[in-house]
Amino acid sequence: MNTVDLLALLPFLLIAGTSVFVMLAIAVWRSHWLSLGMALAGTAAAFASLWLVAPLVPRKVTSLLILDQYALFYIGLMIAATFTIAIFCYGYLQCHSESREELYVLLLVATLGSMVLVASSHFVSFFLGLEILSVALYALSAYLHTRSRPLEAGIKYLILAGASSAFLLFGIALIYAQTGTMELFRLAALLTGAQNSPLVLAGLAFIVTGIGFKLGVVPFHLWTPDVYEGAPAPVTAFIATVSKGAMFALLLRYFYTVGAQHFRPIFVLVAVIAIASMIIGNLMALLQNNVKRILAYSSIAQMGYLLVAFEASSVTASEAIAFYLVSYFITTLGAFGVVTVLSNGERDADTLEDYTGLFWRRPMLASIFTLMLLSLAGIPVTAGFLAKFYVVAAGACAGIWALILFLVITSVIGLFYYLRVVITMYARVQDEAPHVEPHAIGGSYVLVVLTILLVWLGVYPAPLLNVIRRVLPI
Amino acid sequence: MILLWLIIILLVGGLLAWTVGCWSASAARWIALVAVSADFVIGLIVWVRSAGRVDLLQQQAWLRELDWNWIPPFGIHFHLALDGLSLLLIMLTFLLGMMSVLASWTEIQDAVGFFHLNLLWVLAGIVGVFLAMDLFLFYFAWELMLVPMYFLIAIWGHERRLYAAVKFFLFTQFSGLLMLIAILALYFAHHTATGVFTFEYDALLGSPLSPHAALWIMLGFFVAFAVKLPMFPFHTWLPDAHTEAPTAGSVVLAGLLLKTGAYGLLRFVMPLFPAAARSFAPFAMALAVIGILYGAILAFAQTDLKRLVAYTSVNHLGFVLLGIFAWNKLALQGALITIVCHGVSTGALFILVGALQERLHTRELARMGGLWETIPRLGGVGLFFALASMGLPGLGDFVGEFMILLGVYQKSRILTIVAAVGILASTFYALKFVQYAFHGANHYHWALPDLRVREAIIFAPLIVILLWLGLYPQLVFNTFNPAMEQLQQDAGRDLHAQRR
Repeated sequence: MNTVDLLALLPFLLIAGTSVFVMLAIAVWRSHWLSLGMALAGTAAAFASLWLVAPLVPRKVTSLLILDQYALFYIGLMIAATFTIAIFCYGYLQCHSESREELYVLLLVATLGSMVLVASSHFVSFFLGLEILSVALYALSAYLHTRSRPLEAGIKYLILAGASSAFLLFGIALIYAQTGTMELFRLAALLTGAQNSPLVLAGLAFIVTGIGFKLGVVPFHLWTPDVYEGAPAPVTAFIATVSKGAMFALLLRYFYTVGAQHFRPIFVLVAVIAIASMIIGNLMALLQNNVKRILAYSSIAQMGYLLVAFEASSVTASEAIAFYLVSYFITTLGAFGVVTVLSNGERDADTLEDYTGLFWRRPMLASIFTLMLLSLAGIPVTAGFLAKFYVVAAGACAGIWALILFLVITSVIGLFYYLRVVITMYARVQDEAPHVEPHAIGGSYVLVVLTILLVWLGVYPAPLLNVIRRVLPI
Repeated sequence: MILLWLIIILLVGGLLAWTVGCWSASAARWIALVAVSADFVIGLIVWVRSAGRVDLLQQQAWLRELDWNWIPPFGIHFHLALDGLSLLLIMLTFLLGMMSVLASWTEIQDAVGFFHLNLLWVLAGIVGVFLAMDLFLFYFAWELMLVPMYFLIAIWGHERRLYAAVKFFLFTQFSGLLMLIAILALYFAHHTATGVFTFEYDALLGSPLSPHAALWIMLGFFVAFAVKLPMFPFHTWLPDAHTEAPTAGSVVLAGLLLKTGAYGLLRFVMPLFPAAARSFAPFAMALAVIGILYGAILAFAQTDLKRLVAYTSVNHLGFVLLGIFAWNKLALQGALITIVCHGVSTGALFILVGALQERLHTRELARMGGLWETIPRLGGVGLFFALASMGLPGLGDFVGEFMILLGVYQKSRILTIVAAVGILASTFYALKFVQYAFHGANHYHWALPDLRVREAIIFAPLIVILLWLGLYPQLVFNTFNPAMEQLQQDAGRDLHAQRR
């Protein structure tokens, strides 16, 4: 490990360092504003450092991490999302009196974990990153420990994530038993010859289980609605975007490098998971009355769509996934941002009643939420449309028509519940009940920025597409 | 550039109307009216200018064109182009757009700004559909029409508006996604054959496809257009959406949105997949004839005035479908005239029903009767448009349906005879409409205000247009013919190839 290696790790060092500094600062002087400022400065610096690191890549830093364009792209995405979420957190926590500052420490640690994941090239760093992320997330989900729902969410997440980690470790052990290595690039060479070995297949299946849990795909989705509902809204946004996005980037890197998606049993397994996620996610969302739960089931379905692109297994597919993830990040952050902005000190604004007639009270906010929901549904002018188009294109290119057909049918089902939320916001309410005015300040500005991004990507995606084309293939 | 301006004026006008609507409702109405009228005037200028050069430029089919790179990695262009067919349809769009704004002048009292935003954006989407020459852009505009229309129905509609809005959205979205798959299949098939990634209409025209693939891809397009049209088994969204929508929404739906389906068949299905479309034509024509009869019978059976008018669309658009799939000169000209005249006459009928509902607060035929006594002028207008709708000679609809029948006669006598019975059936519903609403005794002792100036301004031009098209439709044919010949030539490509 030399200086250049250290320099290449700059984004990691900055994020880790910031979390330590925030912690120390809290010990010295407890100030919500200061903590936020430090967190924002740290993430912004880490984001800027990506340009410094870019000329140095691709570079293997020890055998654990690989820093290449692919990793940098997703690291940038994670950091940007964290930056946004930190601003949402500020407004959200303003109406809570106690221990507001530690949240930023946890947020930064979780981000560090997700960054390790997307740069991982070794099972050890995979597991390390996963645990750094997960442990921070347990605490984040249960952050508002005086309420019962967040506690329940935290415990549930802890137990199920623990179980899934066990599966993952077992899978890693099986593959290690067969090949004798945990390094990704050596695995790639060793596994091609051993694709019919039951040990390898079982190992891969267990790894899919572990990753599937984090992604919240059927049948490993049971935690998703409860944790989404229970966790504080900005934390939910973090789980939905950074945690899932990092996991997907890792899935893509590991499986595409090894070529495991070509193994027949794995292909079928993932196809079944994708179809089940699309169907169950969309159908269950129809039955919900809680906006956070609707978004939870919707995210299950979205992960199913992403798996369809994964199955296409081509350069187009990984581009489609990158574009989809960017659009999904913007959309999900926007949607949960609206929930955050509407929440108050007592509870999160998560019932449909909170949104009844929102358009007539706060037209901007309702319009933003409408655009976000339409983007999730894949309607033009939003990034979600092009993302879905890209996925369908990747699928059509690979000729996986059955999966595409499921995607189309289920996304029409999906329209039902998105429209339901949308139309609730435009419903006429007779009594103009004095609603508690929300507290978030910066959140609204961030929402406007996100909306502009959403429409910009939906109308003129060429710049982002060029970046993605340059950065990928893995 | 002028094509882009047509769309931008509508989009910006909508945003302006929304912003201004927060302070002044009537300002929002005026802005919307001015925006659509400006487009109408621009369209007229283009039309008049093009009239002179039609014969000169037989080689180049487009009267106006705009082609920009949009998303280069995919080979997607922002390609708008105007030929005679598109020109006539966008003129119809602007005309009915103005009428919709005028018709909502007193009907819409809530959120006036937002209403006009949606109205203008739906018009912008429709104009986009009629002008797009890149399949991706076409799909983009196609989907773009949906959302504002959904809001128009869901927010300002009548009693069962939510049900109707969701049903409308789901039907069109599902069929639209099938079309998306078909577009992508065509895109990749074209790439496999030629090595070029493109969504360009002109490039895809000559795309070599296996007959099997062509049939499936054609069906993907066909379903999307058939749902919009609507063709017989896919029509069930129509009566609900039309009935529950506010007057302007119904006018746009019946007058314009349905026409995008007909336009798609003319522009895409027939020229892109000539052989597949020809082999499918008998089925489509049979379904069209079923639609003609079924629509007429159901219209006759309705007791809700608006639902009655809604079902007449199934009847009339059946003729259009029949004419398009007959695909000869007479039938195509007839289909075009029917498209335009149905837009005008049905639009007028919906405005009339809206005017009646505003006065009576009901749409039930049973609650009416004897209205002639109190509103003779409105009754006269109603009689006129009802007669137009049933195909009275001398009015536009007659010309269209007559020409379609003449054209279809060359293809199939049986279908012609059955379809002609459909015209007869349309007499029943038209007369029922007039008789139940206006004639008879005034049981409920209605005493209502007669035709207002604003309403007269709406109806007068529509009456003139129907008379004009009924007596001297040649001007429209002059504009349409070069475009039609181009379409026929494109669709006949494979026949020429075989002969050679």
